[in-house]
Amino acid sequence: MSAIEQAVVWLNDPLNWTNPGGVLDRLTEHLTMSAAAVALGCLLAWPVGLWLGHTGRGGGLVVLVSNVTLAVPTLALLTILPLTFLGFGQPSVVVALAVFAVPPLLANAYTGIRQADPEARDAARGMGFSGWQVLRRVELPLAVPYLAAGFRTAAVQVVATAALASFVNGGGLGQIIRAGFGLDIAAGGGQILAGGLLVAGLAILVELVLAVVERLVTPRPLRRARRRAARRAASAVTGG
Amino acid sequence: MSFRLSYRADPGNPWFSWQYVRDNSDTIIAAVGEHASLTARAVLIAALVALPLAVAAHWYRSLTGPILALTGVLYTIPSLALFAFLAPYLGIGAVTVLSVVALYALLVIVRNAVAGLSQVPAEVREAAEGMGYGRWGRLLRVELPLALPGILTGLRLATVSTVALVTVGVVVGRGGLGQLIFAGFQNNFYKAQIMTGTLLCVLLALLLDLVLAGVGRLLTPWLRRRLP
Repeated sequence: MSAIEQAVVWLNDPLNWTNPGGVLDRLTEHLTMSAAAVALGCLLAWPVGLWLGHTGRGGGLVVLVSNVTLAVPTLALLTILPLTFLGFGQPSVVVALAVFAVPPLLANAYTGIRQADPEARDAARGMGFSGWQVLRRVELPLAVPYLAAGFRTAAVQVVATAALASFVNGGGLGQIIRAGFGLDIAAGGGQILAGGLLVAGLAILVELVLAVVERLVTPRPLRRARRRAARRAASAVTGG
Repeated sequence: MSFRLSYRADPGNPWFSWQYVRDNSDTIIAAVGEHASLTARAVLIAALVALPLAVAAHWYRSLTGPILALTGVLYTIPSLALFAFLAPYLGIGAVTVLSVVALYALLVIVRNAVAGLSQVPAEVREAAEGMGYGRWGRLLRVELPLALPGILTGLRLATVSTVALVTVGVVVGRGGLGQLIFAGFQNNFYKAQIMTGTLLCVLLALLLDLVLAGVGRLLTPWLRRRLP
């Protein structure tokens, strides 16, 4: 039997889905961890990014954060955090994943605010808006396409990276692949391939769904020009 | 030469230990060597495949969309899943790690090279055409040199992320420093081993990035001259 046939057999076994630790359990874990990590990342990165963009300082900081995070292996962070006060289990995995969600969120929030039309900003100031009002009522709405693009990049990246949580027994769909590698390659090949299909399928599905959401939240006149630029700002820090 | 830190009576399980580095220098050097070699080979292979692809995308406009879309989709696929796809066919070992890692590097390089080539000003291209350059002459003498900053940015990004990605290779038994990190995790959470592996990874990434930045400076002297 080839690996593909084995994978089909594995996926066709209902017990592999409904067993404790089966696909459905792992999928729930995967999505819960990812959602928590992205939420945590947004909570940290968006206020900082918006504020740095508003004051026009910290461009260097944003680049530095992106570059350093790119160089730190995901595996190392996933291994180190459980040994700190966070302890084993989901909290440390969520924090590790959030670290990798921060750069795209931060970079896009910063770029989004910086890209706001200076004339609109000046007009708002001339109308007597305070700095806070300018940020909330002018810059923030104009930055929404960038924020959405950053969110999409971060979320897809986190869902992809969450597969690695299995190295520290953190759960998630990666666990299926790891269990397969634990067997012999001849015996586990089908399960490895099946796990790979599930993980890749989930990542692509999340990408597609968020692409639609991104399109919906971007006002029509801003659609064409902005999206490409925003993705470029974030594309430097994707992967995992 | 050693630091005072390692002279404590009960070393416990510290994050940093010079003692560990000295006692295991052979293993550490071997891991660094494997990591660097895997990274270098992967980036080299990726660059050799990526540049022709980027040129093809540049020459034939109808190919640009599909090539960029394909790299986008491939980039979405998690690294562990890619290992899962290739391992049953390529087996456990360096070939699988190289294939996976080179594929991701390839995507980064292609994207940046296409962006770099497309940013060559149209006037420059027309001027070259007017001077009688053919397609190849224009590419080699005008477009590629002008796109060099973009291409080098891609190479640097690819190298740094490849260093980080190679660690995932532990899943097929060839992770270089990832091997060290993971072994430390399994050996009763030996913190010094994990930390040493991590720091060496980051250092290796920085070092390779610096080397490429230096090469870039040497290859693009005109960029320096233009600065005030």
